Amino acid sequence: MSHLIIAPVILPAVIGALIILWMRNDLLLQRVFSVIGTALLVGVGIYLNWHAASDQVYVYRLGNWAAPFGIVLVLDRLAALMVLLTAVLALVVQLYAVGSGWDRKGWHFHALWQFQLMGVCGAFLTGDAFNLFVFFEVLLIASYGLMIHGGGEMRLRAGVQYIAYNLAGSTLFLAALGVLYSVTGTLNMADMAIRISQMPAEDTALLRTGAVLLILVFAIKAALVPLHFWLPSTYANAPGPVAALFAIMTKVGVYAIIRFFTLVFPQDSVIESVVADLLLPAALFTLVIGQIGILGSRNLGRMAAFAAIGSIGTLMIAVSQYTPQATAAAIYYMIHSTLAAASLFLIVDMIGARRGDLWLRLAPIMPGNGIIAALYFVTAIAIAGMPPLSGFIGKLLILQATAGAPDAIWIWSIILATSLIAIYGLARAGSLVFWKCYEVQGPYAPEDEDAPAHAGPIPPKLEPDEHIQDLGDAASPGLTFAATGLLLAGIVALTVFAGPVMRFADATAHQLHDAGAYLGAVLNMQEGTK
Amino acid sequence: MELLVSSAIGVLTAAGVYLILRLRTFAVVLGMTMLSYAINVFLFATGRLIVDAPPILHEGTTVYTDPLPQALVLTAIVISFGMTAVVVMMALGAFLEGGDDRVDMPRSDRLPDSRPGDKGA
Repeated sequence: MSHLIIAPVILPAVIGALIILWMRNDLLLQRVFSVIGTALLVGVGIYLNWHAASDQVYVYRLGNWAAPFGIVLVLDRLAALMVLLTAVLALVVQLYAVGSGWDRKGWHFHALWQFQLMGVCGAFLTGDAFNLFVFFEVLLIASYGLMIHGGGEMRLRAGVQYIAYNLAGSTLFLAALGVLYSVTGTLNMADMAIRISQMPAEDTALLRTGAVLLILVFAIKAALVPLHFWLPSTYANAPGPVAALFAIMTKVGVYAIIRFFTLVFPQDSVIESVVADLLLPAALFTLVIGQIGILGSRNLGRMAAFAAIGSIGTLMIAVSQYTPQATAAAIYYMIHSTLAAASLFLIVDMIGARRGDLWLRLAPIMPGNGIIAALYFVTAIAIAGMPPLSGFIGKLLILQATAGAPDAIWIWSIILATSLIAIYGLARAGSLVFWKCYEVQGPYAPEDEDAPAHAGPIPPKLEPDEHIQDLGDAASPGLTFAATGLLLAGIVALTVFAGPVMRFADATAHQLHDAGAYLGAVLNMQEGTK
Repeated sequence: MELLVSSAIGVLTAAGVYLILRLRTFAVVLGMTMLSYAINVFLFATGRLIVDAPPILHEGTTVYTDPLPQALVLTAIVISFGMTAVVVMMALGAFLEGGDDRVDMPRSDRLPDSRPGDKGA
C-alpha cells in the first residue's frame, strides 16, 4: 500500500495553504482549486475504499518509526468509508456554497473548508490517541472560522458559545488522555488495547475513570444529551452550507466512540458494560429531546439542528448495543443521517434566502415554492424515517438489531413514538412554509418603490437581516438546486443499493468487533521500520 | 510534593470551572486559561513526579523522567494558546456587535418578534 493513506490529510492541507498564500484575492481561482481538491479527495476516498474492501488493515507509519513509538495512520473499512463520506459530502456542499454565493460573504472560506477536511479525515485515519486530539483541534479551529463566516451579532454570539464549550471539551480530552497514559504508559490505540487486556482487574479504577472521561468528550462532539447544548444555536446560526458540512462533525464523535469502544475498551475487557450502560439512556434521551425539539422549534434552522440531534440519538442507540449486527445498522444509518441532515440544512438555507428569515410564521409565497417544497418533502421523509427512503430502512435495521436486547421494549417504543413526533413536526413546518403562504393575500411585492428593480427570479429581502444571505447576488441558484438534488440522489441511491451497502457495513462491523487484524497490522509486521 | 502538585491542579481547576460558569466572556476566557494550566500540570504528573532527572539519555545516569508527557504538554500549551487567542477575538467581535459580554444567547435566538437588542434570557 502506497503513501496514499496520508493523502486525505496532506491534500487538503496543501490546497488550503496554497489558497491562503497565492489566491487570497481571487475568488474564482479559490473556487476552482478548492473544488478540484475536494474532487481529488473523493477519488482518493474511492481508491482507499477499494483497498480496504480486501479486509486487510493498512498501516502508514509516519517517519517510518515503529509502533507504538511513532504515530501511525490506520486504514480499515470504517476509516475508508468515513473518509469517502466526508469527501462526497464536502464536494456537494461546496458546490452549494459556490452556487449560493456564501463563499463570498467573508474571507478565507475555501481555505478554512480545506483545513476542516484535513482535520476530519485525520481524525478518521489516525491510530494514535494523542494524534486524535490534535486532529480534533485542527477540525475545531477550522470550524470556528467557518461557523462565524459572514459575521453578524447572533452568529458571533453563538460562535463564542461554541468555542467555549469545545475548549472545555478539549481540556477534558487532555485529562482523559493523561489518565489513560498514566495507567497504560502508551498512547498508541492498538498498544493501549493490548495493555488493557493484560491488566489485572484490581488495578483498573483509574482506567475506568479515563474511559468515562473519554466517552464524555466524544459525547460532547456527538451532541449526546445532556452534552448537546452547544448544538442548536451553533447549527441554527451557522451559514447553511457550513451547518451541512457540520453534519459530519457530530459523526466524528460517533466514529471515535465506535473506534475506542470496539478496539481499546471492548465489552469483554475490564471496562465491562459500564460504557454501554451510560450510552443507551443518553441515546434514548437524545432521541426524545431531538424529536420534541423538531416539533417545538419556532425557527427552521433550529428545527434542522434538533433533527440532527434526533438522528444522533437513533444512531447511538444502535452503537450502544455493541453487537456486530447493531454496529452494521449504525454504519448504514450514519451514512443516511449525514446525507439527510446536510440536505435539510441546505433546503432551510434556500428557504431563508428567499423568505428573508427562518421564523416559522406566515409569509407571502416565495419564488421557487414548488420545487423547494418537493425537495423538502423528500428530505422530511428521509429524516423522519418513513418508507420508502433510506431512513426507513435504517430505522428498521436498528429495530431489528435491538430486538433481542434486554431494553428492547424501551428502545422500540421510544424510536416509534418519537418518529411520530418528528413526522408531525416536519409536516407542520412544511405546511406552514409551503402551503399556508397561499393564504397571505397576493404575491409578494416590494413596498419600497425606490428599491432597485430586480431582474432575477428572486425578490429582494423582506427586511434587511444580515445573517440571512441575499440570494440576489447568488452566482447560480441552479447550482444550489443541483447540489441539494445530488444529496437527495445519494439518499435514493442508498435506498436502492441498500443490499450492497449493508453487505459492506456488515463486513465493516465484523472487522471492528474482531480487533485481531487491526492489532496485528499495527504492532506486528514492522519490518523495515526504525 | 505530591500534595503540592495535586492541590495546585485542584485549585486551578476549581477556579477555572467557577469562572467559566460566570457566563461573561472575560471571566470565561480567564477560566479557560486556568483550566488549561491545570491540565498542563496534570499532564506532567501523568509521567510520575520525579525531581532532578533528565528526560533524554545521558551518560552515567540511571534515573530518568518520562519524556513523553513533556512533549504532550508542549503540544497542549501551543494549542491552548492558539485557541485562547481565537476565543478572545471572537468574544471581542461578539461584544462589539452585540453590545454586551454575555455568553448565553438572547431571547431573539429562539423566538421571533423580539428586538435584537432584547437581552432577556
